[in-house]
Amino acid sequence: MSDISFVRTEMLPQQEPPASSVGVIGWMRENLFSGWLNSVLTVISGLFIFSVVGSLLGWAWSPTWSATSLNECREIATGLGHEGHGACWGVIRDRWVQLLFGFYPPESYWRPILAFILLAVALAPVLFSDKVPGKLIYLTAAYPFIMPFLLWGGTIWGALSAAAGFVIGYFVYKAVEKAAGSLAAVISAVVAAVIWWLFLAAPVTGGLTAILPIGVEPVDSRNFGGMMLSITIGVVAIACSLPIGIVLALGRQSDLLIVKSLCVGFIEFIRGVPLITLLFVASTLLNIFMPPGTNFDIIMRVIIMATLFASAYMAEVIRGGLAALPKGQYEGADSLGLNYWQSQRLIIMPQALKISIPGIVSTFIGLFKDTTLVSVIGLLDPLGLSNAIRADSDWNGIVWELYGFIALMFFVFCFSMSRYSMYLERKLRTDHH
Amino acid sequence: MTTLTDPPKESFRLSMLIYDTRYRSMTIQVVAMIGFMILIGWLISNTAQNLQDLGKEPSFRFLSEPAGYDINQRLIDYDNQNTHLRAAVIGLLNTLLVAVMGCVTATILGVIIGVLRLSKNWLIAKLMTIYVETFRNVPVLLWIVFAMAVLIETLPAPRDFRGDNPEATMKVLDTVAVTNRGVYVPEPLFSNSLGDVHLFGASSFRFDISLDLIAFLVALGLGLFVRHKIKTRANRIQEATGVRPTTWYLSLAVVALPVLAVFVALGFHLGYPELKGFNFRGGIHMRNSLIALWLALSLYTAAFIAENVRAGILAISKGQTEAAAALGLRPKRIMSLVILPQALRVIIPPLISQYLNLTKNSSLAIAVGYMDLTGTLMGITLNQTGRELETVLLGMLIYLAISLGISVVMNWYNNRVKLVER
Repeated sequence: MSDISFVRTEMLPQQEPPASSVGVIGWMRENLFSGWLNSVLTVISGLFIFSVVGSLLGWAWSPTWSATSLNECREIATGLGHEGHGACWGVIRDRWVQLLFGFYPPESYWRPILAFILLAVALAPVLFSDKVPGKLIYLTAAYPFIMPFLLWGGTIWGALSAAAGFVIGYFVYKAVEKAAGSLAAVISAVVAAVIWWLFLAAPVTGGLTAILPIGVEPVDSRNFGGMMLSITIGVVAIACSLPIGIVLALGRQSDLLIVKSLCVGFIEFIRGVPLITLLFVASTLLNIFMPPGTNFDIIMRVIIMATLFASAYMAEVIRGGLAALPKGQYEGADSLGLNYWQSQRLIIMPQALKISIPGIVSTFIGLFKDTTLVSVIGLLDPLGLSNAIRADSDWNGIVWELYGFIALMFFVFCFSMSRYSMYLERKLRTDHH
Repeated sequence: MTTLTDPPKESFRLSMLIYDTRYRSMTIQVVAMIGFMILIGWLISNTAQNLQDLGKEPSFRFLSEPAGYDINQRLIDYDNQNTHLRAAVIGLLNTLLVAVMGCVTATILGVIIGVLRLSKNWLIAKLMTIYVETFRNVPVLLWIVFAMAVLIETLPAPRDFRGDNPEATMKVLDTVAVTNRGVYVPEPLFSNSLGDVHLFGASSFRFDISLDLIAFLVALGLGLFVRHKIKTRANRIQEATGVRPTTWYLSLAVVALPVLAVFVALGFHLGYPELKGFNFRGGIHMRNSLIALWLALSLYTAAFIAENVRAGILAISKGQTEAAAALGLRPKRIMSLVILPQALRVIIPPLISQYLNLTKNSSLAIAVGYMDLTGTLMGITLNQTGRELETVLLGMLIYLAISLGISVVMNWYNNRVKLVER
């Protein structure tokens, strides 16, 4: 009688998983065809994508870059055998510079380009603080004076005397602080700077310009247009709205009833009306509100209203950041004996602003998209220019190519900014996961 | 031995206004108030001076003068002999119309897209991501003019519907005509109509309410009320016995029968659009401007709402899904009974601000010529009367009132569904 029981002495080799659950097939089974409903949805959306992409490619694949008018495009398309169903890319080749710069003098294109490159450099210490040298922050401080000089041109003394106001204010502050305390120092610094700007800056600038006419060709605001105009309005309005927004947010959080109700009233009013009505105010009413004889140019007025608009939204974003801070931070600052402004400057604001950066970026994206509204009051932003181009007899009847190009420009800007804000959110997250 | 004495009474000194925290807040407030007053006074005096120089005197008398322009898309009767005020009312109603239509469509689309973006189906999820990113990152004004261009350039002209072998046909069982001049849909008609009630006599706010509509609403309300009673009774029986009586056919009957009865009694029928001459006649004519604005605003806002919905669903912890699954619920019921009701509380506050944004964005109607409040009061009326101060301020106030109204209503709803926390 033999022993028939069998004990395996070595392990079996591990088997490959079934072919249907790994690799491409497995992935497709899991992610595309996991049930009948999913399979149907997959097939439908596959067909949808196929038809859309197919017809888009068929439309876009049309070698009409060299055309100089819509009729020429049609001739080329007819020659190639698909009549009426081809894009006319000639308009983009013909007008892309205009869509970027408007009617800015072509010999000065280097100025807006340089201004926006410098903008990126000046923003770097703020956006990527850990990757760039800290000295760059001086450029950031000087940038608000460089940009208007580059874009609007004129004499360099104008920008310098505007900057000089801040320098004067700083020295007055330093001088008075030792003698009379910080409150008096702040007040006298502000007064000194305002006196400089209102009364002294103009004659000094005029004198210096007469002696040393350094500067670049001035460019009229009317010539601003295209993407450059959108970026200018967006960047200036956001930069100016940040300090106003901080003040409004603090006012809204404060215990002082009158200050609080003024801030709430302003914020809710601005947030309750559409931007277009504020632009109407800019185009029709702002000059009526100002002293007789004042005449801002229209871009200045639009920037003022856009700033007010953005600052109300900014205030709400920053208020969210302030509210998100744990109460312990406020109490900790108090218990260190810091006064209100010290604790705001050293403890609260750095943390609250850090929390609100994603919100600030999305406010900026919103404002940047909203700059297209200026076309309604007749400014030549990309959308306004597209109307002008379509009214041109050469390109009368062009629709999709122009809108597609403008949409693509906005998409590139806004999408990259929103991705950046997501990156920031991840980077700034200090809690544990 | 120690004695407690009151600290010596300080006499009030002027410097205490700044250095004593008890008085400092008062000082700051008074200074802020004075500064504000000076600013307002300065603005008003400038305005008065400028208006005087221009020879204008602020007055709202122009509102009662004849407007002299036509509004082609309108909800209530109007002709160009009516007053500017009447034109503004028409504009306001148009604003509200497109806002309500847009909010409803955007919510439906947004919820579907937001849920689908979380789908396990890779293709669907990616497709929805592309949708959201495309619509969010391109200005809404561009979408509006783009939608208008699509309607005008790609849809068939009315004449294409003519002939024995027409190039275009009417959609939905031959009842809806989609043309490049607008969409014509069937209108509800009543052969035994009860007539209208005229409200507000001959003033600029006059409007007619159809009694047929009131009869319909009364019947519907009655049905819903009875249905509610049936449901409460079913709940009571379920709590007492554990068995829920089948009520769906009863519920359906009490809602549908009264409405049907009203429809039959009033002789309800649809008036279909018909091609007559160069254009369609009959039916309700929705102009391109309205459709373009509605489409663009809903698609644009839907992308934002989808993100809010997605965030709301992701905010519900996974334990809820797992617990519901452990109770034996199926995925669809988990979504509708457990996840969505909780997610709703997270979703509603940002949803409110999306509704507000949509309403404010509807003012871009001016770009496609839809006559909303911006187009009438702040558009043609402003240009015809030259009263920029009055028209723009009045328009802003009306928009402000709409915004505040929406936020009051939505906040009330939010407080109702909010989780009561201890």
